[in-house]
Amino acid sequence: MQLVLEKRAERSTGIALVSPLIAIALTLVTMSILFAILGKNPIAALGVYFIDPLTDSYSLQEIAVKATPLVMIAIGLSLCYLANAWNIGAEGQFLMGAVAGSWLAVKTQGTDAGHWVLPAMLLLGAIAGALYALIPALCKVRFGASEILTSLMLVYVADLLLDYLVRGPWRDPKGFNFPTTAEFDPVATVPVLIEGGRLHFGSIIALAVVAAGAVLLGRTIKGFEIRVVGAAPRAARFGGFNANQLVLVTFAISGALAGLAGIIEVAGPIGHLQPGISPGYGFTAIIVAFLGRLNPVGILIAGLFLALTFIGGEQAQIAMKIPLDVTKVFQGILLFYVLACDSLILYRFRFISASPKVQSGAH
Amino acid sequence: MRKILAAVAAALLATGAGLFSASAADKLKVGFIYLGPIGDLGWTYQHDQGRLALVKELGDKIETTYLENVSEGPDSERSIEQLARAGNKLIFTTSFGYMEPTLKVAKKYPNVHFEHATGYKRDKNMSTYSGKFYEGRYIQGLIAAKMSKSGVLGYIGSFPIPEVISGINATMLAAQTINPNIKVKIIWVNTWFDPGKEADAAKALIDQGADVIMQHTDSPAAMQVAAERGKLAFGQDSEMIKFGPKTQLTSIMDNWGPYYIERVKAELDGKWKSEDTWDGLKEKMVVMAPYTNMPDDVKKLAEDTEAAIKAGTLHPFKCPIIGQDGKEVECKDGHLADGAILGMNFYVKGIDDKIPGK
Amino acid sequence: MLSVLAASTPLLLAATGELVTERAGVLNLGVEGMMIVGAACGFGGAWLSGSIIIGALCGIVAGILMSLIFALMTLGLAVNQVATGLALTILGIGLSGLIGARFVGEKITPAPHLHIPGLSDIPLVGRILFGEDGFVYLSLALIVAVWYVLYRTRPGLILRACGDNHVSAHALGYPVLRIRMYAVMFGGACAGLAGAYLPLAYTPFFIPGMTAGRGWIALALVVFASWRPGRLVAGAYLFGAVTILQLHAQGAGLGVPSQLMSALPYLATVIVLVLISRARSGGSTAPAALGTVFVPDR
Repeated sequence: MQLVLEKRAERSTGIALVSPLIAIALTLVTMSILFAILGKNPIAALGVYFIDPLTDSYSLQEIAVKATPLVMIAIGLSLCYLANAWNIGAEGQFLMGAVAGSWLAVKTQGTDAGHWVLPAMLLLGAIAGALYALIPALCKVRFGASEILTSLMLVYVADLLLDYLVRGPWRDPKGFNFPTTAEFDPVATVPVLIEGGRLHFGSIIALAVVAAGAVLLGRTIKGFEIRVVGAAPRAARFGGFNANQLVLVTFAISGALAGLAGIIEVAGPIGHLQPGISPGYGFTAIIVAFLGRLNPVGILIAGLFLALTFIGGEQAQIAMKIPLDVTKVFQGILLFYVLACDSLILYRFRFISASPKVQSGAH
Repeated sequence: MRKILAAVAAALLATGAGLFSASAADKLKVGFIYLGPIGDLGWTYQHDQGRLALVKELGDKIETTYLENVSEGPDSERSIEQLARAGNKLIFTTSFGYMEPTLKVAKKYPNVHFEHATGYKRDKNMSTYSGKFYEGRYIQGLIAAKMSKSGVLGYIGSFPIPEVISGINATMLAAQTINPNIKVKIIWVNTWFDPGKEADAAKALIDQGADVIMQHTDSPAAMQVAAERGKLAFGQDSEMIKFGPKTQLTSIMDNWGPYYIERVKAELDGKWKSEDTWDGLKEKMVVMAPYTNMPDDVKKLAEDTEAAIKAGTLHPFKCPIIGQDGKEVECKDGHLADGAILGMNFYVKGIDDKIPGK
Repeated sequence: MLSVLAASTPLLLAATGELVTERAGVLNLGVEGMMIVGAACGFGGAWLSGSIIIGALCGIVAGILMSLIFALMTLGLAVNQVATGLALTILGIGLSGLIGARFVGEKITPAPHLHIPGLSDIPLVGRILFGEDGFVYLSLALIVAVWYVLYRTRPGLILRACGDNHVSAHALGYPVLRIRMYAVMFGGACAGLAGAYLPLAYTPFFIPGMTAGRGWIALALVVFASWRPGRLVAGAYLFGAVTILQLHAQGAGLGVPSQLMSALPYLATVIVLVLISRARSGGSTAPAALGTVFVPDR
């Protein structure tokens, strides 16, 4: 007897709806066991993770703030992945966007520049992210170099450039040599939506990006092209679609969104440029894109859900003294279950007797 | 869109306020934000030791909570605010990068008291505290110059911030009183914490002729390399003799416990106020590990110097201080002003190197 | 010079495993996660048993177990490899913290350096050739073995075939998924050993997060080497040398921005990748099926 996967003739809609629930149920069971081993009350712990953050507006705001960059980046990445273009370097594009936008903020610091500064910063961030993403895309189209690897390498280069800038030329002259720029001026800062809160205008932009993504994929020819090229490259070629051009376009869009997310994060919640502005948003967004099944609305939900585990993890540390490492394990297990259950949408399990191709010597 | 969202959020805020009921425990809640894991054996480890000392002393009156591994990026403001919202009335944020976030949260929670380590911005409800680590560095400089046969010291720096620069200068000023021609080689590893890289830096320094290794990074890696190569070294932040029983000369240990106890007591008595605390050997915020692996005369010199610094008769940065350019640095009242040390951004004469990014 | 060998060894070990994995057509981005769990378990094993060898074995086993999770997901359930690899890293960082918590602050005797009387005392080359710890030689032996198996044996040929065209390999009757699983396990074993090298030989204590991104560098190395074992050795020592030279340059007081030096290997990797891809005009030397899901038709 052997367990094998078999491709379904078409996506199973029923499983598509049920699979996240199965995954969450499995995670809850696994985590309950882990909490019990650690000597914590499983019900209380899960309540702290999943329920408490949803019960007050402060945590809800924080979830939105945390999800904003993840969702924006993931929407861009989903376009790439749908078109079979593998951009792994969103983290680098995020940093480059942050750097380029900050350049304007640093240059206009202390001058009486008007309200044009912030829009210009956002634009610069998006452009820089797009250009940076075009490097691996061009290497792929022109030379056939694997974009997975080049885009990943460029993450480190961006990280080191940022490091160099804030330790050297852009360092706050009054900052005692600490590696950070001065706080941005108010005109270079993303406004908050609710007085006293942290929810900022970037979250609205993220929602707009989700809507735009949904329209692009669902209602435009370009969106159709993206999906066809990804799903059936050969058919796409016969259909006259240019796969190379699509690589460039999707990389540019996803780079622009990552760059925009970067400058929003810097000009919003952080308020200045410093090393470590991203706790791995570009990589976490890859997971968000897959959790959301490369679907804009799915990504929005996935981003909010992942943000919930971050906030919940913090509250678990405070309320129940559950170590941060447990939250990491928890996130890892959750991702595995969700990804595994999603596999059932496209495939089904079947038990078969040992494959005839296996020689008789193998038992 | 924006209005709708704001309205929804405002409605949630109203219901949330009702749901969120602060647990009215009698115990004072004290919160800590840590940069690294509590097991880093260095900076965060020592802060957590301070917290444990606090619990031991006042455990029946207080309840402590900490958040570890809080990056200095966009998450730190939220983490600090979470502690404030969880009912902590006194919150210690233990790394420089938390300065702006702490300031922002402090403005939002005027009834909560904040204590930020190693920063320079304060508010009505936000104090700062730090240790005069350069006092310990001065003693190390004397010992190093006495013990070095090659006359070359190896110095592993984290980031060229004033605290580290003043440590290098204090070391050299002391060393020059023993051996005017002493040399120092400096390697910046641009991290507080990467054992592998710290070990590599120590090896590089030894390969370049250094025979006494000092570090301003957090792990015991350099100590262990020096032990393997038969050289001498100083610990950092914590007691590291375990990693070099025949190697460690002494270690500058951060001792936060007494300060934490003092501040929490003040809070309990309702006497807390915003202050700038900068304590050294005298107040025992900086403590020297036992002087080991050295002849008695060197040990005596170290002990006498420690006593003199404690008594206030010796200041590591006593006038005149000569900069690399040969010019005298502005210096009044017998020694450099605290502000000049806190913002130090120059090397003293005799250091044959350049501050990165300057 | 000596420190270059030691600094390069964990990179070389992890990259060797990843090279085999990728040659079989599987991209496992979870190297960092497998390494850090290997480090925690390796140190734990050595500390409890008092034996470096048992520690190393624990690291290897931990790496294999981690890689089996990956294999189950990507091969068994046909889940996307990139997402799974990233999730594996998150899981690994958490697990290592939990496993390692009780070992923090403990110390072991590091793996001894070889000393062959006479040979090790030869000036200059003696210590390099005959005076390092056993892991250094093991890593070199391993890469030679990998080269031999990949290019000179039938199993190696089959493995490469799986990586280049899994449909054909399957049509020829080879069990693609099983071969890939072995390759993934080998990658896990190497990553676990590479992680264990850090607390067993490099710095004999465990601290959470001590791999500090070396798993990601190993991934870069495999590309830099264009999936060739020989170039992998050169690349690993080049990466190691750049790190060490950067430190030496500072000690000597040369004013080169350290960030530029640190960025060089990555830039070089991109350039190398472009050059080799271009030389092959159109196709890259990357295994053609790298990162793609394979579900056998039945």
